[in-house]
Amino acid sequence: MYSNETVLGQAGAHPKERNTRELVWPEEGLQTIPDWVYTDQSVYDREVERIFHGPSWNFVGLEAEVSEPGDYKRSYVGPTPVVVTRAEDGSINVFENRCRHRGAEFCRSPRGNAKELVCPYHQWSYDLKGNLQGVPFKRGVNKMGGMPKDFRNEEHGLRKLRVAVLHGVIFASFSDSVEPIESYLGEEMLVDFETVFKDRKLKVLGHYRNELPGNWKLYFENLRDPYHATLLHAFLVNFGLVVAGSKSVMAVDPIGRHGSMGSAKPENLSFVLDSATAAEMRSFTEGTSLEDPRLIEYVREFESTWTVTMQTLWPNLVVQRELNTMGVRHIIPNGPHSMIMVWTMFGYEGDSEEMQRHRLRQGNLMGPSGFLGVEDNEAIRFVQEGLRRSPTDQAVLKLGGDTEGSDTTLITESAIRSMYRYYRETMDF
Amino acid sequence: MKIDFEHFSTRVDEPASFRELRLEIEEFHHEYCNSLDSGRVMEWPDYFTADALYRITAKENAAAGMPVGLVYCEGRGMLRDRAKAVAETLMHAPRYLLHSVTNTRVISSAEGRIMAQSNYLLYQTLVEGPTTLLQAGRYFDTFVREAGRLKLKVRECVYDTELIANDIVYPV
Repeated sequence: MYSNETVLGQAGAHPKERNTRELVWPEEGLQTIPDWVYTDQSVYDREVERIFHGPSWNFVGLEAEVSEPGDYKRSYVGPTPVVVTRAEDGSINVFENRCRHRGAEFCRSPRGNAKELVCPYHQWSYDLKGNLQGVPFKRGVNKMGGMPKDFRNEEHGLRKLRVAVLHGVIFASFSDSVEPIESYLGEEMLVDFETVFKDRKLKVLGHYRNELPGNWKLYFENLRDPYHATLLHAFLVNFGLVVAGSKSVMAVDPIGRHGSMGSAKPENLSFVLDSATAAEMRSFTEGTSLEDPRLIEYVREFESTWTVTMQTLWPNLVVQRELNTMGVRHIIPNGPHSMIMVWTMFGYEGDSEEMQRHRLRQGNLMGPSGFLGVEDNEAIRFVQEGLRRSPTDQAVLKLGGDTEGSDTTLITESAIRSMYRYYRETMDF
Repeated sequence: MKIDFEHFSTRVDEPASFRELRLEIEEFHHEYCNSLDSGRVMEWPDYFTADALYRITAKENAAAGMPVGLVYCEGRGMLRDRAKAVAETLMHAPRYLLHSVTNTRVISSAEGRIMAQSNYLLYQTLVEGPTTLLQAGRYFDTFVREAGRLKLKVRECVYDTELIANDIVYPV
């Protein structure tokens, strides 16, 4: 939790961080969120058990990252390290990154290619599907020592997870009961998902990683919060990318756990903002223009109403289609006060050199140095610090009244209320 | 773009032959870092040529020949847009930044292009927080001269600190 380690406000400096309260949801129901949801260790522990290790599909990588037999990469399901491999038969496999012998997290390279995986401590070796192959000195030496006669390799393989691959995106689950990935995502969410991934060969452009000093749910909420778009993000407003009142949608799936925020960039960039709306937006500075406007150009390459879709697929995946710059963000929860985010940026095989460079230039909008990305990360830090250090202990979630579900106005918190309805059911709050 | 690590990492047999040039480049680093560390981010684009390339990327990307950049700017126009956004509109908590640039090596100087490499340490201090090492990395630079003065035609900041502490707000 290193970026949260302040001098003033050290972890544990305020009583709210200890598990000293009853976890009872306040009477305001979905029009509030109690702080303990973000700060309490026992809540986090229950989330790992019921959500990340429960009946959910967790993003772990892209097929394009493990494209050849023998390719592997390190990944995470919740906070649990796993290894993702492509076996010789082409299958994708995911298993715990934990040697079955004495527990070593043995796969240390972020990615690579190998014919087998070997734990360096006692050289137990596993095939690319996680099956135990070799145990040195299994039969002892000079008829002394070794494993008992009834020791079976088949009983001592790496713990395997269930795998689902959908349009080149790899998901894993600890659960035997979670529904197939298509029904898990649902029809509505599949539309925007397929726009990005279906019948496309991805070309990985690279990665970023950052540690956000905030609870993992704050990131989901941020992308279910169309309200902040024109208020926090001066860049969106000043350059006409999103304007309060422009065509947009905040869609959620029927049970509220997945969401997709879509907006359509106005064709004509010389928009006129009415003075009443302009007055509401402190971030708006009239008359700004980019020296290099290529940054915000949109090349029409998708059959979609939206020029931007930001999907949040429960519990750990963000799919970014921001004009022509695309990526996935893998959220790794790291205790109640921290999350790790691994970004994989991509284009498509067949992109011209000019198109690829356009995507790279446009990538400046997002990410840990992004014109939009920085501001969300800063806001999340502010929220977590505020929650940890104040006696006031609940949020106000009244925008849009008590509505839930999808909406076409930006000025609503209906999607966040839906998310917490689902959350409360899953967690028994 | 691919960094020619072979070229940059090859041992320089006669570093003394580049001694004056190295001094000049170190002086360039001192002015560049002073502009940023003093909060004069609008001066930052002036250190570059009009057609410059500036990229900040993790070592894992550079080593694999991946083109993505945390920051990726083609041309001084993009640098100015970034400087302006950071200076005027980007919402962020106040902070101090301090560069330490060391280990400057001049790799080659030929046909008007000077290739040099340096280490950098970037320290960040947030309000009421400790000073932390935000980023440790290396500059892979290509300099040219404009009116006799050194300017950056290419600067690639390749960082070891792959797990970024939240965000990198200011140019590196």
